[in-house]
Amino acid sequence: MTASGTTFMINDIRYMERTRKFYRAQGYESDYVWAHFPTTPFMQPTKPLQESRVVAITTSMPNTEIGRSNRSVYSNPINPHPQSMYTEELSWDKKATHTNDIASFLPLEQLEILAAEGFIGSVSPRFHCLPTEFRQKTTLEKDAPEILARCKKDKADLAILVPL
Amino acid sequence: MSLVSRYLEANGIPSVVVGSAMDIVKHCGVARYCYSDFPLGNPCGKPGNKVMQLSIIKQALGLFESAEAPNYTERTSHSWSADDSWREGYAKIDDSNREELQLRGEARRAEQEANKSSSGSRAAMISES
Repeated sequence: MTASGTTFMINDIRYMERTRKFYRAQGYESDYVWAHFPTTPFMQPTKPLQESRVVAITTSMPNTEIGRSNRSVYSNPINPHPQSMYTEELSWDKKATHTNDIASFLPLEQLEILAAEGFIGSVSPRFHCLPTEFRQKTTLEKDAPEILARCKKDKADLAILVPL
Repeated sequence: MSLVSRYLEANGIPSVVVGSAMDIVKHCGVARYCYSDFPLGNPCGKPGNKVMQLSIIKQALGLFESAEAPNYTERTSHSWSADDSWREGYAKIDDSNREELQLRGEARRAEQEANKSSSGSRAAMISES
């Protein structure tokens, strides 16, 4: 474990570079421009972890007809845990692994165990699905405010966000 | 996802991102980042490995107590496998798929052009499928 100085190690995969090359190979002339900001917002938690309600947010979609066909913000109750999530359109490494075990990318089981152990206060009753989006403006102006509103409605204190 | 993490952070909900694409998340900048050197798809731990999955989420939540400034990052101690061959597979380009990729790009551009004039459906940021 290393702290805030953690930087790239020689084996870490350079996904931005790979993605640029991958899309150039498909004939795209303009590279995707990843979001970049000069500063990063930061706030300290207002409650101890042991008293905090944690919400999980995933880039996977509900594995339902509407979830598979309409990429949007969705919220689902954490119980019962979903048996599967729709991940097919996301860019995970389909050669190296699979997404059949949802706890490998959506940590509901882990959060419930940690709440039972008293490591966190509780788990927010709903988790939220965020669609990955080519247009950053859509994420910033539409999806992010929607996710925030839903987290606040559920009185979440802290958020754990897991992109696949 | 990094954009939403930043938005929550700026609007009263501290956040931590758990992921496996260090360069993309660090390029954007998030308050707290728990990184595992895994193939994309299982940032919470290997499928079926409940001990690893719990350890990663516990470490990620611990960042709420240890981080004192933004862009705070921790690397988990877990490795994916003794064999590093998985690193080469993602978005690989070689003679076996060069032509297929070119055709895929042409087909996708045609589809995007068609979508422009019909519905306003959303496009995934990146998709290999």
